[in-house]
Amino acid sequence: MTAVQAALLVMVALPAAAGAVLTLTRTHRVAAPIAVATAGLTTALAFASALARPAVSYPFVAGADFALQVDALAALTVPMIAAVTLLVLVFAARSIRQSRSRFHGLMLIFSAAALTTATAASLPALLFAWEVMGATSYALIGFWWRDSARVSAGLTAFLTTRTADLGLYVAAGAALAGGAGMGLADLPAAADPWRHVATAGIVVAALGKAAQLPFSFWLSAAMKGPSPVSALLHSAAMVAMGAYLLLRVEPLLASTGWAGPATAWIGVLTAVLMGVVALGQRELKQLLAASTIAQLGFVVLAAGVGTVSGGATHLVAHAFVKALLFLTAGAWLSALGTEKIAELRGAARPWPIVGVTATVAALALAGIAPLSLWATKDAVLTAALESSGWLYAAGLAAAALSAAYAGKILWVVWRRGPRTKVRANDAGRISAVEQAPLVVLGVGAAVLGVLALPPLSGVLADALGGHAAISVAGLTVSAGIAALVLLLMLRLRAPEPRWALRWLGLEAAAHAVVVRPCLALARALARFDDHVLDRAVMALAAAVPVLARAAAGADDDGLDRGVEAVAGRVRRLGQVARVPQTGAVHQYFLQTVAVFTAGGVIWSVYAVMG
Amino acid sequence: MLSLIVFLPLVIAAVMAAVPSIGPAAARWTWVAVSAAELVLVGALWAGYEDPGPNGLAFEEQVPWIPGVNSSYHVGVDGLSLPLLAMTAVVFLACAVYALKDSARSRAQSALFLFLQGVSFGVFVSADLILFFVFFDLSIVGMYFVIAGWGHGNAARSALKFFLYTFLGSLALLLGFIGLYVGSDPHSFDIPELVGAAPLENNPVAGPLVMAAILVGLAVKTPTVPFHTWLPPAHTDAPAIGSAVLAAVLLKMGTYGFVRIAMPILPDAWRAWAWPIVVIGIVSVLYGALVALAQTNLKRMIAYTSVNHMGYIVLALGAVGLVVDDTAAARSVAVTGAVVQMVSHGLITAALFLLAGVMRARAGTYDMDSFGGLAGPAPRYATLFAIAAFASLGLPGLSGFIAEFQIFAGSIALAPITAIALPGILITAALFLRALQRVFTGSTQGQSHGFADVSGRQLWSVGPLLALSLLIGVLPQVLLAVIEPASAALVGLVGR
Repeated sequence: MTAVQAALLVMVALPAAAGAVLTLTRTHRVAAPIAVATAGLTTALAFASALARPAVSYPFVAGADFALQVDALAALTVPMIAAVTLLVLVFAARSIRQSRSRFHGLMLIFSAAALTTATAASLPALLFAWEVMGATSYALIGFWWRDSARVSAGLTAFLTTRTADLGLYVAAGAALAGGAGMGLADLPAAADPWRHVATAGIVVAALGKAAQLPFSFWLSAAMKGPSPVSALLHSAAMVAMGAYLLLRVEPLLASTGWAGPATAWIGVLTAVLMGVVALGQRELKQLLAASTIAQLGFVVLAAGVGTVSGGATHLVAHAFVKALLFLTAGAWLSALGTEKIAELRGAARPWPIVGVTATVAALALAGIAPLSLWATKDAVLTAALESSGWLYAAGLAAAALSAAYAGKILWVVWRRGPRTKVRANDAGRISAVEQAPLVVLGVGAAVLGVLALPPLSGVLADALGGHAAISVAGLTVSAGIAALVLLLMLRLRAPEPRWALRWLGLEAAAHAVVVRPCLALARALARFDDHVLDRAVMALAAAVPVLARAAAGADDDGLDRGVEAVAGRVRRLGQVARVPQTGAVHQYFLQTVAVFTAGGVIWSVYAVMG
Repeated sequence: MLSLIVFLPLVIAAVMAAVPSIGPAAARWTWVAVSAAELVLVGALWAGYEDPGPNGLAFEEQVPWIPGVNSSYHVGVDGLSLPLLAMTAVVFLACAVYALKDSARSRAQSALFLFLQGVSFGVFVSADLILFFVFFDLSIVGMYFVIAGWGHGNAARSALKFFLYTFLGSLALLLGFIGLYVGSDPHSFDIPELVGAAPLENNPVAGPLVMAAILVGLAVKTPTVPFHTWLPPAHTDAPAIGSAVLAAVLLKMGTYGFVRIAMPILPDAWRAWAWPIVVIGIVSVLYGALVALAQTNLKRMIAYTSVNHMGYIVLALGAVGLVVDDTAAARSVAVTGAVVQMVSHGLITAALFLLAGVMRARAGTYDMDSFGGLAGPAPRYATLFAIAAFASLGLPGLSGFIAEFQIFAGSIALAPITAIALPGILITAALFLRALQRVFTGSTQGQSHGFADVSGRQLWSVGPLLALSLLIGVLPQVLLAVIEPASAALVGLVGR
């Protein structure tokens, strides 16, 4: 094993091990420093790996290795995940005040799983990390376990994503049957029809994790977790990893013919519908959640139309934007005690650094030039235009919606007038340690668009596959639309479509169609098991004593009585036989004569007949 | 070596039963010492193990026993039995440690469990059908006394139900064994000989009939739907260590019988029965999971998840019989997954039942709705339970995933229809998370008040089981290196 391979292994193993120790022990005082130090080291290793591009694999399950590889796509993504983890942990060092050890441990385990997902080169490695991400997200969403609603939210998140994960199990079976091996890069070579089955399985799993339609509702529930959790899980990792997987298997999508367009349309429809949902939300974190799904819709669209470089840059830039916004939301929530957008009036003003960085991020989210998401989103839309005008049009609509919901936030937080009171005690402070990561993230949110602009866009397109050419017209159009919509939003109140508030009724539908029937079936089967199956067995068993009593009856009344009857006859025979034995000699002579006479008669008859 | 492993606990058990002057503490510590020694011996076995090749046995011993019917004392291990042997040793040691503070008739209990340990080892090393059957039945007898003598609730009735049901199953098994003896030429009860001779091959009537008898016998023990109804009451009323041994070790005797006897000796008939077996596997997976989902009694819930987990094994082994050409790799993956599942389920379910035992010892009930917010007063208990639950629901990083991933990858590659059992892992996830939520989260209420956290002794019995599950989950090759050659050999035998 070379040094760079060791670096890759340590990059995933170190946070996993440190996280496990922190989770299982109670070391609240040193938990945050340990976690930040670990995340710092991991970030350094992530950058080193991105430069050195190592690959390691070791025999794992029968027929497949546990393979990790830092290729160009991972080289772009892995440092982002590590860096956002570090920044979020620095922020959380102060904002999480209880069960610090458990919190930081779980966050580290989660980041290890996310890094493994990003570098996974084989299906078992992918599924391994994929589901560990899901489980740690369950534990983190339900972090405040005294509140049952939060634990339920974690459960919803885990079960919904695991439902989609079943696709990966199917894909593994298909890969095995397809004969090309379980390497993610080998799947396009699998035999038909298995290649299509594997593709379908992976697409379902990815859409579930990325909270694309129809799975989106779990992310709404997931907002019950602490804000730093959302800042990492629901911006840079977890949901982002869903979209990332589609970028990772883009050659497979392209090879099937149908998966590309299907993915692209699901992505763009999600971007539009979740844009509307975001606009309709009244709580900041709910708005951000819907917005995350919508923005990842662009990445999914990118995978569908084959621009891996466009999708990857949007993914990375969005991670910085959204991590920053979630952290800001958390800071405001703890300082003001509210999540309601309407009550955040003027929230940007008391803490200028928070307000300015959040504004940068919101403007980037709106797609305002020259901030990051403007360029990255347009790289995706340019590629979409090449495959279909309709896709492009829908994508533009989604972009306009991004500007609208970003404008909704900006309008409120900068508005003058009576504001919600800052909490009196310690909670009302936003410390320097909390503000520093916001600045770093803000810089990223501002400048990462260079990845999607020449000259870097060409380099990335060569390395990742995608469209190097940028369209000046396209960039102008998006910038124009974004600016126009944003200005409109600042002038007018944002429309809040009521039907969008409930997230299109997706969770209610899932409960009605899947959860309740399943529970009802479970209860019915449990009754069947107790009252039919078990009772049938017991009835069969009960038949045995009945049979036994019958046998015992037959034994007493039949067999035994028969024996007694025979014995009775014998006794009576004995009594009869006693009669001749009188003890008188003359009677014995008489009997002898009688016997001889009878014998003589019989003999004579026999002789005559014979 | 193998004889030492089998008879050491039996001899100590006999001595302990015969000498009334052994005190309770001495008995318990002797039990722990002997179990530890057994674990060391099995470890030595593992260290010295080399794969014996198809139909071969390592550490073989053979002594004439009943020469009239060609039955001998014939023992040996291979890659299918050695992992189970090791799992058995670990689980019994965990139980011995767990019971270190039990005071109810310690001498008898220690003797009984040592006896059970000896006969369990006996089942897994037997290379002769009569020997196998003797140990198999003795395990039922031992478990009957465990449940009847140390159980709670309606223990006598549950124990009787368990005994009669599984004993009846073993009679079907005996019928099948006699069928094998009669059908082989020359007549023999020796397993390797029978595997070599492949009796009743090309016999379209007797082969499947003998197989049916063996299948029913093993299906009762496994148990699969619809022969599982003895399991929930037996578990619910058994003592914690009894449940752990019953679920971890005794259930495996059923599935072990599939891979040791049914599949290699009657490959023809196994293939003929493959579809019904696959269907029973799928039904067991889904039915077991759904019924478990509806339970409110923690121990009954865990019992039903056993039906689900054993269903995966049956499913995978059945799929292996659906022989399609050029699928040796996929079939081998499925068999490997099935054997890993036997080990994994043993470790995890033993841990879960021991933890359920803690619950009863503290609060006197298994009713999940009587608790709430238990993570507050008992954080270590909550952590252990959560890890065991996630292991059981097949979370990667723990052994269940290694088993279920291979079972599904192999089975789906062989027969895509088996994918309809996949929701099983989803329902299992739902039921464990619901249980965690009900018992451990929310505000502390009901029986959770004053619930003392796990003691060191309990931690040291459950912890190692979960640690091993973690080891297998992260570095599965420590286990797979032993299993894989054996499953390839088995696949070769079934495919002939």
